[in-house]
Amino acid sequence: MSLGVVMLVHTDFDRAELMVRHWAEGGCPVMIHVDSDVDDTTYDRFVANLDDLADVRFSTRHRCEWGMWGLVAATQDAVQHLLTDFEQVGRVFLASGSCLPLRPISELRAFLDASPQTDFIESATTADVPWTVGGLDRERFTLRFPFAWKRRRRLFDGYVRLQQIIGIKRRIPKGLMPHMGSQWWCLTRTTLEAILNDPNRRRYDRYFQRVWIPDESYFQTLARKHAARIQSRSLTLSKFDFQGKPHIFYDDHVEILRRSGCFVARKIWPNAQVLYENFPCATDKAAGAVRPSTGTVDRIFDKAVERRTRGRAGLYMHSRFPNMEKANGIAAAPFSVMQGFDALFPGFQNWLALQTEATVHGHLYAKDKAHFADGAEVFRGALSDSARLRDYNAQGFLTNLMWTTRDQYQCFMFGPADTQSIRWLLAHDTNARVWVISGAWSIPLFLSGRSAAEVRTEAARLQRRENQFLKTLRAPDAHARLHIYTLADFLENPRDVLQMLIDQIGGHKAHALGQLPEMVDLSGLPVFLQELKNQGMHPFLTGHLSEEMHRRATVVSEPRSYVVGHK
Amino acid sequence: MIPVQDRTAQITPSDILLCCTFRNEDIRLPFFLDYYRKLGVTHFLLVDNGSDDGGAAYMADQPDVSLWKTDAHYGKSRYGMDWLTYLQGKYAHGHWVLTVDVDEFFVYPFCDTRPMRALADWLEASEVRSFGAMMLDMYPKGQVSDAVYQRGADPFKLANWFDPGNYTLKRNDFYRNLWIQGGPRARVFFAEKPKQAPALNKIPFVKWDRDFTYVSSTHMLLPRGLNLVYGQNGGEKTSGILLHAKFLNTFGPRVSQEAERAEHYSAGREYKSYASADNDPEIWCQWSEQYLNWRQLEALGLMSKGNWA
Repeated sequence: MSLGVVMLVHTDFDRAELMVRHWAEGGCPVMIHVDSDVDDTTYDRFVANLDDLADVRFSTRHRCEWGMWGLVAATQDAVQHLLTDFEQVGRVFLASGSCLPLRPISELRAFLDASPQTDFIESATTADVPWTVGGLDRERFTLRFPFAWKRRRRLFDGYVRLQQIIGIKRRIPKGLMPHMGSQWWCLTRTTLEAILNDPNRRRYDRYFQRVWIPDESYFQTLARKHAARIQSRSLTLSKFDFQGKPHIFYDDHVEILRRSGCFVARKIWPNAQVLYENFPCATDKAAGAVRPSTGTVDRIFDKAVERRTRGRAGLYMHSRFPNMEKANGIAAAPFSVMQGFDALFPGFQNWLALQTEATVHGHLYAKDKAHFADGAEVFRGALSDSARLRDYNAQGFLTNLMWTTRDQYQCFMFGPADTQSIRWLLAHDTNARVWVISGAWSIPLFLSGRSAAEVRTEAARLQRRENQFLKTLRAPDAHARLHIYTLADFLENPRDVLQMLIDQIGGHKAHALGQLPEMVDLSGLPVFLQELKNQGMHPFLTGHLSEEMHRRATVVSEPRSYVVGHK
Repeated sequence: MIPVQDRTAQITPSDILLCCTFRNEDIRLPFFLDYYRKLGVTHFLLVDNGSDDGGAAYMADQPDVSLWKTDAHYGKSRYGMDWLTYLQGKYAHGHWVLTVDVDEFFVYPFCDTRPMRALADWLEASEVRSFGAMMLDMYPKGQVSDAVYQRGADPFKLANWFDPGNYTLKRNDFYRNLWIQGGPRARVFFAEKPKQAPALNKIPFVKWDRDFTYVSSTHMLLPRGLNLVYGQNGGEKTSGILLHAKFLNTFGPRVSQEAERAEHYSAGREYKSYASADNDPEIWCQWSEQYLNWRQLEALGLMSKGNWA
């Protein structure tokens, strides 16, 4: 049984001619359909150029507009012609002028001969095939589409909306189960004749004339009705992007196309000289019969769609700028922010760095400069420590840092004396883990040796700012993971809090903590706080502190001789 | 503006055009032409703003160049945009056109294997009319004055370092474009006055229509829809980079000239900043990245393949 080809051509006639010659030289009769929109001069020259090939014919021309019935009518006519003119044709392969055969025709024929009476046509029920263009899948079959989507988008959309509102639905002809799939197929003469000679053909045709993109559903649906054995896949490698537009192959795809083992690929960029020179290309005989496997190609193009629709989380650049307020995660990776810890433990940063593998920065948002880990003046990504530059776009500073360092966990210190303009981000980013010991700002004031009367204003300012920060963190729509303790609460059990903090950075339960960092001497702090109160400034964020509390905390910071069962 | 060499009759519908103004840039011209010819530009529309270094004569001799000249004030013609808008309206209607300076070198995904025609065809098939590229300032390791540029040479053999991750973005709600600042110019020259740091956002490659116009340099266009070259829902649109070969030994003398001439943006404010700073600084730092190719820039997140694969 021989193989015949129906080729649909509407542009790039030089390339199309090359392809026709290729099929013809492989022993396939070719029936060509040329879009009736193509001007006569071009058409005549194309016909004349192929004059030397006996088994190449041209079928009645139809106007083929994307998504409309013309393509199906053209295909029907061409198939009919082909089957009538060439009685030896047992199968028909539908191709376009920009379909490039990757393997010799002989290999395709051998492959087909191995599965006699099998139709290769991708065909799935509408419920199973998500289709993005216009968001229409099932409705392709139940609404009417008299207007071209590409040319008359407004009318198209308006008419769809109207039908949806009124609730008109077309009845699908009895005996048909709508299927769709790639428009490029290879069907047997038996199946095609059954489709073309179906007693109900006029009724079906009339129905499909108002279905949207019927070239992806007419043969797919009718093959289901008539075929004896269907392999639901296309022999033509063709990938679609998120808009339903075919991906294009270029010279640099030569290797993945070769390895795909596919018989035909589309679309090929017309100037992809390397592809046209290299294909078709015989597969290695020693490897035996190579079957198409599109894994690599699928992966590359699926990734492209993913990149275009979802992108790289946490990246803000000139072609990706999502609205932060709607974003799920803002920074590229989880990070921890600690407020108050370094006031209580002077060596906290070094201690934390030793306990974890994280990069531990000082106060990144300090007034004087960004205190990067190890006191660097410039950090990864060539991020400057200049406070002005940082504050000019405080959120951008953080998202930049997190993007460049997303391979390593980042921690930084924060406090009410720092630039507060990233408050909102810290509260709303699902990647932010915020640890606060509230009221710890009182410790440096206490240690400064100045009297309560002298520091009263400063204390009030810090408390106000910290309170504002806590409010932002506790907003109902905030997504950060919060751990907020008053100074008094924290002193109740510093070890457990620090253990949780370390565990969270490690992402699992880390080893039990040994020595805790050294705490400043807090004896006298309660008195100092009382004096602040006496000045009329009530430090309500510290919680209630007593002298014993501090002493007890020092005792608990010694390693325990037994393990307390905390989570 | 008067024509010096008009070869526009050669322009065919599928030509990719390049528009550019220059002034005393003779030393850069040979490599510039070479670079863009290799990339697939087929006709150059150039305006010479009063060069006296022989560059204009050199350009007029090129077979694929149409050249005009003017001695008018650069600043008063919207930094040369008035001249180019005129040429674009007249010759570029319906063409893909790249508008760049002589020290800007366009890089886009797959530019090592696919010519600009492939990009243009793909954009057109995707119904995209404009293509964004951020300006990436390139600099040498060591003193800028030590990077001695030779006529015809590849400037990125000398200035092959860049800042990989310190760019900040803001949305311009009126024109809908992004306003990007950062890089070595913000880090070294504008750390104390970041608001004045030069804008790095550019939209250099456009399927031109005579109704289009650039608003401020190539930073933004009208109609405003052309400025939406970025994904707003998390997706990445395909984008490129303009490698900016500014920091070579030619920088120092240029700064003095331009600061005095005061015809650039805001009366040459940017140049005055360089002039008042140490204008032969070492820009390189420990976290500078050495340029390899477009794939590196894409991996760093400075440009994106988007949906093009």
